Amino acid sequence: MLQIGLGHFLTVGAILFTLGVLGIFLNRKNVIIIMMAIELMLLAININFVAFSHFLNDLVGQIFSMFVLTVAAAEAAIGLAIVVVFFRNRGTIAVEDINEMKG
Amino acid sequence: MIQALIFYMFAGITVASAVMVISARNPVHAVLFLILAFFNAAGLFLLLGAEFLAMVLVVVYVGAVAVLFLFVVMLLDINFLKLREGFLTYLPTGALIGAILLVELVLMGGSWKFAADAPLSVSTRTPDMAMITNTDALGRLIYTDYIYLFQASGLILLVAMIGTILLTLRTRPGVRKQNIARQNARTRETSVEIRKVPSGGGI
Repeated sequence: MLQIGLGHFLTVGAILFTLGVLGIFLNRKNVIIIMMAIELMLLAININFVAFSHFLNDLVGQIFSMFVLTVAAAEAAIGLAIVVVFFRNRGTIAVEDINEMKG
Repeated sequence: MIQALIFYMFAGITVASAVMVISARNPVHAVLFLILAFFNAAGLFLLLGAEFLAMVLVVVYVGAVAVLFLFVVMLLDINFLKLREGFLTYLPTGALIGAILLVELVLMGGSWKFAADAPLSVSTRTPDMAMITNTDALGRLIYTDYIYLFQASGLILLVAMIGTILLTLRTRPGVRKQNIARQNARTRETSVEIRKVPSGGGI
C-alpha cells in the first residue's frame, strides 16, 4: 500500500478516464462540459503514458505524451471556435439542436 | 513513506476535482475544478520524474486550454441550468456503464506485470537524472529521432490556428473602415470634376 507502483498510477488513470466517460453520459446536452470531459480522458491517457515511461525506463513515452498534449490543445481550440460560431448563428449550444447536417 | 502520502494527496485531489468537473452546477466552477485537476496531475508527473511534461501541462493546459474554456463559458450568454435537464435520468445508465468500465480497467491495470523480456524492447533508455536533466534528455531525443513528428505537431498547431481564426472571423457589412490602398490610388481625375455652371442655373 505504501509502496507506490505502476498499478497505483494506472488506477488513477482508469478512474479519471471513467469519470470522463461518465461526464459525457451525464451532461449530454452541454457541449462545453462534454469537451471538458474529453480533456479529462486525454489527461488520463497522458498519466498512463508517463507511468509506463517511468516504470519501463523508456523516455519515448514522455515524447508521445507531448504529442497527445499538442493534439488536445488543437482540438480544444477548434472545438471551442465551432461552438462560438454555432452560438452566434443559432443562439444555442444544446446538443440535440445541432442536427443541421442530419441526412 | 512520504512519497506515498504525496502520491495519495495528488491522486485524491485530482479524482475529487474531476468528479466536480462533471457534476458542478455552474460551468465556471467546472472549469476552475478542471484547472485544479490539471495542477494535481502535474504533481503526479513530477512524482514520476517527468519534470518537463509537468511544466508543459501547467503552461499549455492551465495557461491556454482552461483559460480558453473560461473565456468561452463567460462570453456565451447561455442558460446553463436548462442544459442540465436530464442529468438524473441519465445517471443510472451512465453509472452502470461507468462502473463496468472502471472495474475492467482497474482489474487490468492493477495487476499489471511486465513480461520478462519487456525491458529488452525499450528503444531509448531514460538517462540517469544525476547526469542529465529530463528536459535536456527529451530535447536531445525530440530534435534528432523524432524531428519529423515534432514538425508535424507544429503543423497541426498551425492548421488549428488558421482554422480557428477563419471560423470566428466575420466581416460585418456597413462598417466604414479606412482603406489606405484605395485612398492612395485616388487620382485627380477620379475625384475632382469641374463643371461650368451657368449663372442662374444650378447643377
